Amino acid sequence: MAWLDANLVSVLNGVAIGCLLFILAIGLSLVFGMMDVLNLAHGAVFLVGAYAGWVVGGTDPSWGTFLLALAVALGIGLLVGGGMSLLTEPLRDRSHLDQALLTLGIALIVAELLSMAFGNDVQAADAPPGLDGTVSLFGNAYPTYRLALIGVGAVFAVGLWLLMSRTMIGSVIRATVADRDMVSAIGIAQHRVKLAVFGAGSALAAAAGVLGVPIYGARPGLDSTVLILALVVVVIGGLGSVRGALVGALVIGQIESLGRAVLADAASFLLFGALALVLVLRPRGLFAGAVR
Amino acid sequence: MSRAAKVVVPAVAWLALAGAPVFLAPYATTTLARMLVFGLLAASLALLVGVTGLPSLGHAAYFGAGAYAAGWFAQHVSAAAPYPLLVAAVTGGVVAAATGWVAVRARGVFFLVLTLAIGEIVRQVAETWEPVTGGSNGLYGIPATTLAGEPVVHPALLYWFVFAVFAVGFAVLWLVVRSPYGTALHGIHDNEPRMRALGYPTGLYKYGVFVIAGTVAGLAGGLLATQQRLVTPADLGFTTAALALLAVIIGGARSLWGACVGAGLVILVRDSLGPTLDGHGPLVLGVLFVLVVYLMPRGVAGIRPRRAS
Repeated sequence: MAWLDANLVSVLNGVAIGCLLFILAIGLSLVFGMMDVLNLAHGAVFLVGAYAGWVVGGTDPSWGTFLLALAVALGIGLLVGGGMSLLTEPLRDRSHLDQALLTLGIALIVAELLSMAFGNDVQAADAPPGLDGTVSLFGNAYPTYRLALIGVGAVFAVGLWLLMSRTMIGSVIRATVADRDMVSAIGIAQHRVKLAVFGAGSALAAAAGVLGVPIYGARPGLDSTVLILALVVVVIGGLGSVRGALVGALVIGQIESLGRAVLADAASFLLFGALALVLVLRPRGLFAGAVR
Repeated sequence: MSRAAKVVVPAVAWLALAGAPVFLAPYATTTLARMLVFGLLAASLALLVGVTGLPSLGHAAYFGAGAYAAGWFAQHVSAAAPYPLLVAAVTGGVVAAATGWVAVRARGVFFLVLTLAIGEIVRQVAETWEPVTGGSNGLYGIPATTLAGEPVVHPALLYWFVFAVFAVGFAVLWLVVRSPYGTALHGIHDNEPRMRALGYPTGLYKYGVFVIAGTVAGLAGGLLATQQRLVTPADLGFTTAALALLAVIIGGARSLWGACVGAGLVILVRDSLGPTLDGHGPLVLGVLFVLVVYLMPRGVAGIRPRRAS
């Protein structure tokens, strides 16, 4: 118990980071699982969202501007995702490397344009009022915003689970992950599904960017940091699996937070170690079904 | 190309490279030396990407590991050639062996993701392991390599030194490609299940070539430390890996020579455009990637597996 008491803050931080990573990674996972497109520009979309949040919300956002920032980021993400979907359409039958190079090129361009527009400094911002203080948890002061983020993540996960298991949209998504050609054969247009998933996934990534501003701020280089984390999450969880993305995000959240607190220097190795361990034991990720 | 041209063109190219410092100004000689260093990295990557069909996004990790090892060794132990370079090659190979066994197990897109992650993690290590790597400042003040007790600092001498090591590294790669092992690697690229069915241990072969490519990349990294006497985390970062991949793709992926020519072009563009772009080179790189993908409609130079017809 003494250990838990000493590391409670780190554990909670890990859960909060995990929730953020889940919202970010789910788009990456579904776009790949459903459409077989590896989107390396996903981190850049996150950073676009972060800067959008910082510009709209300012350094000290009210609830109005914070929610407006979220809406703006969702809109921008939707547009960017739709654009990416159209751009990758001609590459449908080409190798993963071609798609990776294209999305990588877009990621480099976007990141460089952002650094031209906003400079190389870290742009930080507070949480909206009411969430910018701390609460006392078992004698530890803990930022309220991170607790709220855990709540948002939990609600989002439950909502997504309901969407995936209880609705028509969810069954189309699951069916597409399982067998894309069969879904196409029963009359559901692939390019529309792709447009929708790409748009929604990128909108979520941009929203995660806004939610992440009070924790990470917005700065150059953040895009590749979160991209790597999100890629590790989806590889550990299994591409196209919602449950896998959730578990993967929570595991990586703990490695990023608790791992860095307990084994400061080894955190990078832990990340690789987790990835290696999962890929040796389950080469397609923890929750990848028998599908492909 | 006719049979005569196949002999004459490489011979002329080697002669031109060997004689370059006689005709070139010191600055151009230094640029050419940089091209050779980067060309060796690109050629080692071509062995993975074009020959074996393993598209690595993290090859700069082994290049950078070799550069740091050579720099550290020259600073703390001995700058006498060829020891820093040997240390660099061994370090590149060891790091490739330590990380490659996971990477080669992965297929398709998982290989891309894993090598990307490996590259990023090695960069993080370089940035945080400050006592050895100098943190984000990098290793600077690396002493000049000494040959028979004399420091190699004159641009022409340094060029010939780089050229000689380049020739050795290139010869290793060329021999691998030309050997029966290299033929098997081509086979793995074209149709791995069939190669496995024929009894080739494809996993072991891929691991082997991964370590060989890592060793040569480490040697190229050692050359980098020798030539610019400064190593920074950017040298093993993602931009370096992406530049090397771009060079390989421009060069036609399957050709070691093509990769070197591609590397020369990439360095030329970077060094001539770099100052005018005020440090926004990645923007050009991004645009180039997008252009290359759309302008090479048959897939990026033979990387798509060709089904036996």
